[in-house]
Amino acid sequence: MIFLFPSLIGVGLFFVIPFFVVGFYSVVDSPFNPGFVGLGNFISLLGNSAFLSASRNTLIFSVTAVPLAVLLSLGMAVLLEQNIPMRSAFRTFILTPLMVPIASIVLVWQVFFHVNGSLNKFLMGMGYDRVDWFKSAGSYVMILILFLWKNLGYNMILFMAALNDIPKELLEVADLDGAGSMQKFLLIKLRYLSPTILFVALMSLVNSFKVFREIYLLSGDYPYDTLYMLQHFMNNTFKNLEYQKLSTAAMFMFAVFVVTIGLLFFAEDRVGKDLEG
Amino acid sequence: MRKKGISGLIKKGILFTIAFLMATSFLLPIILTISNSFMQESEITANYGTVFESLTEDDSATSWYEDERKPKKSPYVSESANLKLIPDMVTFRQYFTVLLQSPDYLLKFWNSVILVVPIVAGQIFVALAAAYCFTRFRSVKKDILFFVYVILMLMPYQVSLVPNFLVAKWLGIINTKAAVILPGVFSTFSVFLLTKFMRRIPTGLIEAAQLDGATEWQIFTRICVPLCKSAVASTAILVFIDYWNMVEQPLILLSDQDSFPLSVFLAQINNGEVGIAFAVAVVYMIPTILIYLYGEEYLIDGISYSGGIKG
Repeated sequence: MIFLFPSLIGVGLFFVIPFFVVGFYSVVDSPFNPGFVGLGNFISLLGNSAFLSASRNTLIFSVTAVPLAVLLSLGMAVLLEQNIPMRSAFRTFILTPLMVPIASIVLVWQVFFHVNGSLNKFLMGMGYDRVDWFKSAGSYVMILILFLWKNLGYNMILFMAALNDIPKELLEVADLDGAGSMQKFLLIKLRYLSPTILFVALMSLVNSFKVFREIYLLSGDYPYDTLYMLQHFMNNTFKNLEYQKLSTAAMFMFAVFVVTIGLLFFAEDRVGKDLEG
Repeated sequence: MRKKGISGLIKKGILFTIAFLMATSFLLPIILTISNSFMQESEITANYGTVFESLTEDDSATSWYEDERKPKKSPYVSESANLKLIPDMVTFRQYFTVLLQSPDYLLKFWNSVILVVPIVAGQIFVALAAAYCFTRFRSVKKDILFFVYVILMLMPYQVSLVPNFLVAKWLGIINTKAAVILPGVFSTFSVFLLTKFMRRIPTGLIEAAQLDGATEWQIFTRICVPLCKSAVASTAILVFIDYWNMVEQPLILLSDQDSFPLSVFLAQINNGEVGIAFAVAVVYMIPTILIYLYGEEYLIDGISYSGGIKG
């Protein structure tokens, strides 16, 4: 038990206890002279237009980025599972972005996506209109690409490990029964992959909440409207020291996050059972 | 038979080409950053002047490190930016400036180091002990506690930053490095990863030691920790990159710009000193690239073990 003490004390002090304090703040009207207001803070938060647009943007980003991150990395893992030359070198290359600090490659991104940048030059060469990637809805695409660039490698490694764990005998039996590679993938591999798909989706979700980093480094405190994320909202609220608002927003996000995780676990459970039947 | 061999070869060729294009496109931004850091200031200006507009104005007077040989007339600036892979002329000028002439960048680099190294070391120590407890003394209560740890690990920063901020204020360590370091030390990510690994150690080994009269402390230090060496390496790598890349915590918990790590500072020097910025960017990624070169296998093992939250 002694072994757990340092961790328990630290986790308690820095996360669990203050978390209850935050919970308390979210249902009272003032931290100094507390009076219970029930869901009042939540209702006023939901009327806050900055919070609403930040939530909407974060939601839109997660809903599009997570499935893409899962599907693309699964495809890449399957591709690198094939017997092709230089597989391990390719794996190394694709994982490299994980190791590179985002701050280091921001410059290249800025040159590439700038209104007079390389991508627009290419687009104009192809006869398309140029897009102002930093100051239009296109900025969303730019961040999405950066997010995928950074995170696909990690997901791919997870999928490769899971594909490797599938019992070989099972696949050999399927071969003998004349199953095609598509059948093998859909009927055998996907079933074994389902816990990993859950995990990858979960990690991508966690990482999609961190995309503020990329946005901050590329466009600073005040990015284009569609890139105003929850973290921006939190930062600005921190600056004004509005504890009520902050605590309520944190509790709200916590609730949404727990429900999402629960749903993901539930979905995986159902799918897993279906396939076992 | 023969026909199948040829079509198989074609298929292989196509797959190889796709994989090759994909892999190189992942590497390209990094290569471009490195190669651009060796370009001369004038070449950078010519290529990217339109992107980093403040460059086109004559601000040479304010930049005291400016190369005197640089032509004073307004430099040529291309209308659109071209990302160039190969510099016309290789120069180490930017590195010279960053490493020797301008202490600001090294200071920020050092800020990163003194924030990240204690976090990594502390988190590993705390987590090793906790993981041992979660492995050796399993009970329903501990399993519930472990689940709480998993939830904490997955929690978005936006949620845990508010508690962190409150505690830092309460302890009076807000705006000091401790405000960033302490919550980092107790982050539950390492506990999760190391527990998953330790649970794979055969119990027979530990029971045998127990029969020989080893104390818990001896079992922990002589058997578990040595067996976990590779897991410790992979966990440390993952924790290191995560914190080397940090942006949110310093922005909230440190108000003094001088103590910002390079990750945040880099975003602010992009304007005006592009050549320098490229060099700083490369300097900043050197530690992580070195770690990757030496520890790729550990990293891949570590990621692979982390898969499957329920297992």
